[in-house]
Amino acid sequence: MPVAVEITDLRKSYGSVEAVRGISLIVNEGEVFALLGPNGAGKTTTVEILEGFRRRDGGHVSVLGFDPATGDRRLKDQLGIVLQTVGVDPYLTVAETVDMFRGFYPKPRPRAEVIELVGLTEKRDSRVTKLSGGQQRRLDMAIALAGDPSLLFLDEPTTGFDPGARRSAWETIKGLAGLGKTIFLTSHSMDEVQYLADRVAIIAAGRVVAEGTPDTLAGREKAAATIRFRLPSSASELPAQLRASAKVGADGVELETKDPTRTMYELTSWAVQAGISLEGLEVTRPTLEDVYLQITHDVGAESKP
Amino acid sequence: MNDLRRALMQIVYINKAFIRSPIAAFFTLVFPIMFLVIFSVLFGNGKMQIQGVTISVATFYVPAIAAFSVVTACYTNIAISLSIARDSGALKRIRGSPLPVWAYMFAKITHSVLIAVLLVAICAAFGAVFYGATLPTTTLPAFLLALVVGAAAFCALGVAVTSVIPNSDAAPAIVNASILPLLFISNVFVPLNNPPAWLDLVSKIFPIRHFADALVKSFFQLSGSGLQTNDLLVIGAWGAAGLVVAIRYFDWEPRR
Ligand SMILES: Nc1ncnc2c1ncn2[C@@H]1O[C@H](COP(=O)(O)OP(=O)(O)OP(=O)(O)O)[C@@H](O)[C@H]1O
Ligand SMILES: [Mg+2]
Repeated sequence: MPVAVEITDLRKSYGSVEAVRGISLIVNEGEVFALLGPNGAGKTTTVEILEGFRRRDGGHVSVLGFDPATGDRRLKDQLGIVLQTVGVDPYLTVAETVDMFRGFYPKPRPRAEVIELVGLTEKRDSRVTKLSGGQQRRLDMAIALAGDPSLLFLDEPTTGFDPGARRSAWETIKGLAGLGKTIFLTSHSMDEVQYLADRVAIIAAGRVVAEGTPDTLAGREKAAATIRFRLPSSASELPAQLRASAKVGADGVELETKDPTRTMYELTSWAVQAGISLEGLEVTRPTLEDVYLQITHDVGAESKP
Repeated sequence: MNDLRRALMQIVYINKAFIRSPIAAFFTLVFPIMFLVIFSVLFGNGKMQIQGVTISVATFYVPAIAAFSVVTACYTNIAISLSIARDSGALKRIRGSPLPVWAYMFAKITHSVLIAVLLVAICAAFGAVFYGATLPTTTLPAFLLALVVGAAAFCALGVAVTSVIPNSDAAPAIVNASILPLLFISNVFVPLNNPPAWLDLVSKIFPIRHFADALVKSFFQLSGSGLQTNDLLVIGAWGAAGLVVAIRYFDWEPRR
């Protein structure tokens, strides 16, 4: 698969703050790639180096075959950018803003289509000052789509969106991915990443600490599953082979297991024979958020002296 | 060629935002005209001598406020509006797009110069209608040349001064502090009549005095071309310095 973005041993400091300390990543064409990490991990720094806004101190980056530091026009023609902070002229209308940016690109998307994609059709003729914060963020997204880019950089694109707007932004992004566009996004929303990303990297303190698909990140698919249920008070004791791994709490019983198929079989066959109904029975894997918290917690503990 | 068209379109967008922005439009468009009216009414009755010509003070204000208009439209307007656009992130957005940075700057500067030209025309028309000020004929080329050199220099200085403006809140204060005192000692708001030598010297260090002098003298010159070479050289030197600072230190991103 052709490579859209290649980062090798990227480094960047602000004075004495080492924001990025040797990041290497590859994003393939047509992929939705998500960069996660705690506040200050270096996500925006990395993205803005790829966008050409910031200079790197070391390492190598290639974006669609170009070095973004040169500001090459042929690269900018193909990029769509949503920055972490909004930046639009307050006195222009939504339609004027979109048209202005469309004019900068060789093959822009039709205006009505762009505005429709971000759900601002009704606000088309409103000035930016009259838009809510979330609507301004959506206009920002519209600007990123105006040039019909083949590579999109989205730095926390749905921060401040209401749930409906977030959902439709996700659909828009999925739709763009379906058209073969490459999407490089940062996010603090695990739902967003789980829903959108083909591949994820977690960075902390300027380094990559985990990389993989959302479902398999850090061995998530092999990690212990948790079975939860409540026992009616009349029930007799659990069978011995289950009792060992069971934690009985006020909310019910929790069983941790590496082999949920077998454990479920043992549990349910016992319950059926004993004529017991297990209320609230569920099997859960660690969520992306659980994995994320675990990894970033470990890194935080390690980096303390 | 496409980029030239994009630059021209950008003037249209800049102008839309300009006329819809109450502060920019008021201070840039209304202020000079207001001052022209107030000064002519208050101080316009006396007579004064310029280039051996006796004129009414009211007509002095036509070229003097023309100079003020250029300073406002080019220096003040550019410095403040660029600071605001930089702080809001709008400049960063532009720089991330394929629009070449020269096209944006060209549009910004051309727009300001057009506003300045409009204001100068209004000043001249006002003087002609209410005070019978005759417009220069033989010295018109010298007058226009001074306008062009001044407009270019004050645009460059307006861009340059953004490099010492920390954020948009500070912009009006810094810009006005750098310009208002000079306007009073530079033959703009009050005709300089035998000023103390030191004040004369101080005002001659800065470009506004030379710009106002060049416009006033070429407006009232009876014979000769009216060309004020020395004044233009000083203005040009300031403009060149502004250009160097602007190119070296201009920032497209908010300074936080
Ligand atoms: N312009 C700057 N000047 C100085 N330090 C900076 C600058 N930008 C970022 N930093 C520092 O670099 C580090 C990484 O910041 P960065 O903005 O890349 O983090 P992030 O991962 O995007 O965080 P967030 O999730 O909060 O957006 C932080 O410690 C931050 O304080
Ligand atoms: Mg960030």
